[in-house]
Order: sequence, then structure tokens, then C-alpha cells
Amino acid sequence: MSQEVAHDDSHHNLMVKNKKLLMWLFLGSDCMFFGTLISTHLIYRKLYPEEFDPTLLFSLELTSFSTFILLMSSFLMALSVSAMHKGEIKSFRRNVIGVIFFGLIFLGCQVYEFAHFVHEGLTLSTGTFGSTFYLMTGTHGVHVAIGVFWLISMLFYSKGGNMEAHKNAVDVETAGLYWHFVDIVWIVIFTVVYLIEFIA
Amino acid sequence: MTTDTTIISNPKQNTDISELKPELSDIGLVRPDHSKNVFIDWLTTVDHKKIGLMYGTLALFFLLVGGLEALVIRTQLAVPENDLISAQRYNQLFTMHGTTMIFLAIMPLNAAFFNFLVPLQIGARDVAFPRINAFSLWAFVAGALVVNFGWILQALEAFGLFSASGPTAGMNDFVPAMGWFGYAPITGKEFTGAGTDFWIMGLQILGVASISASFNFIVTIINMRAPGVKMMRLPVFTWMTLIVSLLIIFAFPAITIALAQLMFDRVFGTNFFSVAGGGQPILWQHLFWIFGHPEVYILVLPAMGIVSEVLPTFARKPLFGYAIVVFSGAVIGFLGFAVWSHHMFTTGLGKIATAAFSLLTMAIAVPTGVKIFNWVGTLWGGKIRFHAPMIFALGFVWMFMMGGFSGIMHSSAPADAQQQDSYFVIAHFHYVAIGGILLAIVSGIYYWLPKMIGRMWQGKLNIWVGILTVVGLNITFFPMHFLGLLGMPRRTHTYLSGFGWETYNLVCTIGSYILAFGVLLLLVDIIRCFRSKIPAGNDPWDARTLEWATSSPPKVYNFAQTPIVNARDAFWADKYGPLDRKMGMVDESHGIHMPSQSWMPLIASFGFIPLGLGMSLMQAGVPYAGYTAILGLVILVLGIALWAIEGPGGYHLHPNKQSH
Ligand code: HEM
Ligand SMILES: [Cu+2]
Repeated sequence: MSQEVAHDDSHHNLMVKNKKLLMWLFLGSDCMFFGTLISTHLIYRKLYPEEFDPTLLFSLELTSFSTFILLMSSFLMALSVSAMHKGEIKSFRRNVIGVIFFGLIFLGCQVYEFAHFVHEGLTLSTGTFGSTFYLMTGTHGVHVAIGVFWLISMLFYSKGGNMEAHKNAVDVETAGLYWHFVDIVWIVIFTVVYLIEFIA
Repeated sequence: MTTDTTIISNPKQNTDISELKPELSDIGLVRPDHSKNVFIDWLTTVDHKKIGLMYGTLALFFLLVGGLEALVIRTQLAVPENDLISAQRYNQLFTMHGTTMIFLAIMPLNAAFFNFLVPLQIGARDVAFPRINAFSLWAFVAGALVVNFGWILQALEAFGLFSASGPTAGMNDFVPAMGWFGYAPITGKEFTGAGTDFWIMGLQILGVASISASFNFIVTIINMRAPGVKMMRLPVFTWMTLIVSLLIIFAFPAITIALAQLMFDRVFGTNFFSVAGGGQPILWQHLFWIFGHPEVYILVLPAMGIVSEVLPTFARKPLFGYAIVVFSGAVIGFLGFAVWSHHMFTTGLGKIATAAFSLLTMAIAVPTGVKIFNWVGTLWGGKIRFHAPMIFALGFVWMFMMGGFSGIMHSSAPADAQQQDSYFVIAHFHYVAIGGILLAIVSGIYYWLPKMIGRMWQGKLNIWVGILTVVGLNITFFPMHFLGLLGMPRRTHTYLSGFGWETYNLVCTIGSYILAFGVLLLLVDIIRCFRSKIPAGNDPWDARTLEWATSSPPKVYNFAQTPIVNARDAFWADKYGPLDRKMGMVDESHGIHMPSQSWMPLIASFGFIPLGLGMSLMQAGVPYAGYTAILGLVILVLGIALWAIEGPGGYHLHPNKQSH
């Protein structure tokens, strides 16, 4: 009997693998992290409506573009998960490269955006807006960066034919869960931090 | 169903475990399995039982440290206008006392029981992620070191081995001194020095440890139960572990983010809580207590779990109203998120909010009361045996109730306006913390230590431990109710005579020494138990749950064969129940797969030490602090990466199955 089979996946009460359950729990906890960050931002925004006018600074075009890119990366992520399930390693690797590429574009946009904002005078110490904005979007950026790092290591790992559907589908699925979640969080941030500012 | 001999099968060899050839990991390093070196064996262990014992030992050490801090506080307060210690030192002592007791003593004591017991109670071989479990333990050690680092500096300074220079020079401020809840704005860098930074980073690391451990327990309890261990057959202690773990993963993020915001305020000049830049100190209070109130249930629910195991065993009756006890535990956990503002009644929340939080706080007393009635119901008509665990469990029920009463008293906002920040609150939470949690933990120690080390208690010292702790705690804390109502504020370095506080204070101080003596005797008794020659046997108490079905101490693999459970109190039913309720065994003739040991969890989590210290010292302007932090981060990331690459490994065991 092979060791992998006898090890932790030998028996499960739920039909969910341990790793995936762990990721679900992490995401539940992560909701609270982002919830705290986003509510801090909104509380101060409501408290000091006049402190800062983000519409003068935000570029909806750029951010919509990067949002779109992130959404598309999620689409590719879904394709890589399904490729892995079918054991099509080549197609899996192709799609993962796409996800990584899009993730990097998103990060590039964020770096550009931050540099631009700082140049325009919005720094970490600009009132409460600078503080809450950068910490929140920065934390999200770190999540994307960790995701990219994770996928890159998976890409390397899968090179020598190390990955097989029956063994590693759950790993890819777990990474996929993470990636989709980070994407969803961004959609929330994009809506309540960027879009809403332009409605009023 | 236990076994005495263990035969290891390896394709090549068939000898005992220590002769197994060490394997190479996927990165080509020797795995530290079956090491004959005790240190290597313990430092790299992934066995939940060893991890539990280490949590317990460290936590008892910090219980002593925190206790010592408390004794100095009480000595300072023994008489009016005392000047045993300076006001600044006093602030450091109460801050570190609270922080130590909550995060470094009680939480890890609970974690010790979670680790040791949960896999045994559900019939599993280990937790779901053994290496993450080791990571949690060592991250706890790293966090504890960072929080206490100021004491180390202070000691070095006292011996002339170190002297502060730079911005913090002369502030004598490397020890946290702003209270365990670190209210803004005193945590601002204008007001406090490096101590606050150590506190922030230390708590942050301890948070990582607690959250990662909790993920592990939740997955373990949900997914790793032996066949037949349905959710409603779980021992109540395991249920409470599950609920507490859920509370931790949902409550800790609030303080993690608040601490990150505070750290940014101090290091990078943001304005989350700094008034000058528009920050609102009250926001800290909300974020802190959104974590802080669930935290008090994180502390107490495991204690309730312990008592719910001990009372049925020694009353020789099943727990009265099992389902209701579990359900009220869940309700307490849920409501725990909705009452945080009762710590903020005097901040001017507005009438509606105050009324709502007041009502919800009163409501939370209902499930708590329900539990107490169920415990009393368990005792009712039972054949009670007064062994040490039972004595402390009864002490818990009684003393915890006292703390609950004063809790209900300050759920009423107008009353709380009088009690807030006075010694009345100190009395309240020490009745729940010592009278409740600590007595339950001592009960747990008396109950399970024979299982953990295979030796039985000897002598009658336990009676003295019981008398001294219960009497001592009442002498110490009961007068504090009066002190509070007489207006003595908490966190007072000293006081004038003439307010009628002198006698009460002196009595409190005498009581604290009695209590401390009781705790000391407990440690003596524990040491005596370790040296005891009386073997505990599998089931010294004629107990009810699964952990008593295996040997004491349990073998690495816990159960030679995974049990099949057919009843709630599985082992009791196996001993005394009808035939169809007895336990079965899973056929595991192919052997047991055990996970390999690893250095990586230790290495990764010790990256937190330079990371935490570096981040803390950056604010103080110490040269190279930033680089130290980066070094720590690199160690952390590298450790995790190697951990992923080295693979779980593992080896096979073939326990000899002959007996049942
Ligand atoms: C019947 C259940 C309980 C009720 C109704 C209750 C209520 C309260 C209230 C209203 C306060 C705020 C008092 C003030 O600062 O003016 C408080 C403080 C506190 N409670 Fe409880 N409590 C209960 C149980 C517990 C338990 C089980 C624990 C811990 C295990 C606990 C630990 C604390 C602590 C540590 C504080 C003080 C926090 C601080 O100011 O440092 N309480 N409690
Ligand atoms: Cu509370």
C-alpha cells in the first residue's frame, strides 16, 4: 500500500479533503480580516467626508482595467483546476502561466497606482484616508502576491511530471479557492472604496 | 484493545523503532525520525501528545511568572503610601501580569489539553496537520519571548550588561506598561516606548500561533473522527474545543488588524488612532473588545468542557442534558460576538446602543446558567466520589457562579458606571479566571495527568492544594468587591489612608500569598506524580470517554486499531453497556502510517523572533533593526518553502494485536 494513500486522506467524515477544509476555514477567518480593514476605511470615510476627495485622484479607467484583469485571471484559474482534474498537465500549466501573468499585471497596476498617488500627495500619513486606503489595498496586494508566489512554485513543481490528477487535484483546487476569494475581495473593495465615491 | 509490543515493519528490517534507518526527505536531508537524542526528538516532534505536554510545561512556567508579578503588585498595595516599587514599574507589572496570564498561561494550558486529548477522544492517530501543530507550538514560544523581551533587557541593564541609547534612552520603557488592553492613545509613540512595540509584535505572533492551531483542531474534529463518533457523540470537551477554535479564527482577526494598524501608526506614521491626524482612540476600544469579549469565552469554554467530563465520571452518571450543554456552549460562543460594548458603557455609546448591549449581556447569562443547572443535575442522585479532580470541579461550579453573579451585576449599564475601572471589576474577572478557569484546569490536571504520563498521584497533598487555592482566592478577591464599591480604582500604584481601604487591602495581600502557596503545592504535587512508582493503568478513574480505552501514556499511534464507536460515552458503554453498544475495531492489518518528524516548523516559526524584535526596535530607531526584521521574514518564508518541498514522509508501524 502506498504511503500517500495510507496517510491523512485515509478517512474523512465529511466528503471534503482536509486541505480544502483548512482553506475554507482560512477564508472564513480572512473575511474577518478584510471586514475589519474595510469597515475601518468606511467608518473614517463617513466621519470625515470632507477630509479628502478621492474622485480627484482615483482613475476609474485604470482600476476597472486591473479589476477586469483579475476577474479574467480567476477564469483561467478555473480552467487550470478543471485541467488538473482531467489530468491534462500541459493545459494546466498553460492556464497557470496565464493566471500568474494576469496576477502580475494586477500587481503592476497597483504599484503604479500607489506610486502615482504618493506623487500626487496621498501618503500613509495623509489624514485617516491615506492610512486606511493603503493598509487595506496593500493587504489585498500582499494576498495577490502570495497567490502568485504559490502558483509559481506549483508551476515549477509540475515541471518534471511531479503532479498527477488523483494526487494533486486537491492542491490545485485549494489554490484556486484562495485565488477566487482574493478576487471576490477585490470586487468588494472596488465597489465600496472606488465606485461608490463616484456615485454621490 | 491496547497492545504492549510494537513491531516495526520496514521492507528491509523487522526490529524495534530506534533501529529503523532514517529516511531522506524530498530535499535530501535526513528526517529526524526515531532520534535517540531526546532534544532532537522533542524539538522536531509532530506528535500531538508531546506537543501538548510542551504547551503545558511552558504554560505552567508562565503561570509562575505571572503569579510572581501579581505577588509584587499585591505586596506594593499591602499598606497605604507604600514605595516598594516605582509607579512605572507598577504599570509594567500589571500590564505584563494580565498579558502573561491570558495569552501565555491560560490559553496555552487550554491548548495543552486540546492537543493531548482531542485526537484521543475522537479515536484519531493525530491532528489533521501534525507539522502545522508543531509550528503553532513554536510560534507560541517565539511570541512569548518577544512579549517578554523587555524584561530580559531590563535584567541585562540591572546587571550593567546593557544600556539604552537613542530615542528610548532614559525612558526605561522596554517593558509594556499600558495595560493588557493597550488603549489608544497611550500606545502612541509620543507616550510609550519599545515596550509597546514588543507587546504589539508579541501578540501578533501569538495570534498566528492560536489561529493556525485552531484551523488544525477544527479540521481534526470535523474530519478525523473514528467510525461511529458522530458529532452528537463527541465528548463535551471536544465540542468545546471546536467552539473555541471557531471563536479564535473569527475573533482574532479583529485584534490582528487593530495591532497592525497600531504598528503602522508607530512605525510608519499613519493616523489610525493618533488624535493629531484625525484618528479616533475609541475605534481601538471597539476593535479590541470585538476580540476581547469572545476571548473571555475562549478562555472559559474549555474549562466548562473539562468540568463536563469530570463531573459525570465522578458522579458515575452520564452528563445531564448533553445536547443542551453543547447547544448552550454554542449559543454562548455566538452571543459572545454581540456583547463587546459592555466594556464601553461609560464611553457614551448612546441610549439605544447601551440598552441593546446591556440586554444582550444579560441574555448571555442564560446559557451560562443553563450549564450550571446541568452540572447540578449531573450530580443529583449520583454516586459521588470525592477524588481530587472532582473536588476542583465542584470548586469551579461554585466559584465560577460567583464571578457570573458580579458579571450580571455589571451588565446593567447604570450599575456598571459605578463599577467600571474599579476593584469590583477586578473581583469579577478573577472569580471567573481563577475560581472558574484555573480551578477547572487544575481539575483537568488531576484527572488527565495519569493518562498523560502513566503514573498515578500519591499522597494527600491535593487536599491542601484544594483548601489553599479556594480559601486563598476568596480571601484575596472577595474583599475587592467592597474595595471597588468604596471607590478604589484599579491600576493604582498606591493610595492614601483614610478611605477605609487599608484593612481590605491588607487582607487581599495576605490572601494572595495563601493562593500562591496553594499553586506552589500544586507544582510539588505534579513533580511527585512524575516520580510516583504507582502505575496509572489504562483507566484509573473508571471513566467514560475514549481516551481511557488506550494505554497510559498512549503509544505514538494512540490506538493499535482504530475503534468503532457505538455510543456517546463510548468507553463506558464498552465496559457496562449492552452488546450492541460495545466498541468494535477497524481492521488495520496493513499497519499504521505515522507522519515523519521535521525541523521545518521550528525553523519557520523561529523566524518570528528576529522579525518581531526587528519590527519592534525599528520604531525605537535601533540600527539594523529593519534588516533583522527582513532576515526573520526570510527565515520564515524559507522554512515554509522547505517544509512544503520536503514532503510529509512517514513510516509504517505494526502494533502487535493480541489483546482486547
Ligand atoms: C455571566 C457571564 C458574564 C457576564 C454577564 C460578564 C460581564 C462583564 C462585564 C459587563 C464586564 C465589564 C466590566 C467593566 O469593565 O466595567 C466584564 C469584564 C470582564 N469580564 Fe466578564 N462577564 C461574564 C463572564 C466572564 C467570563 C466567563 C470571563 C472570563 C473567563 C470574564 C472575564 C472578564 C474580564 C477579563 C473582564 C475585564 C476586562 C478588563 O477590563 O480588563 N467574564 N464582564
Ligand atoms: Cu465582556
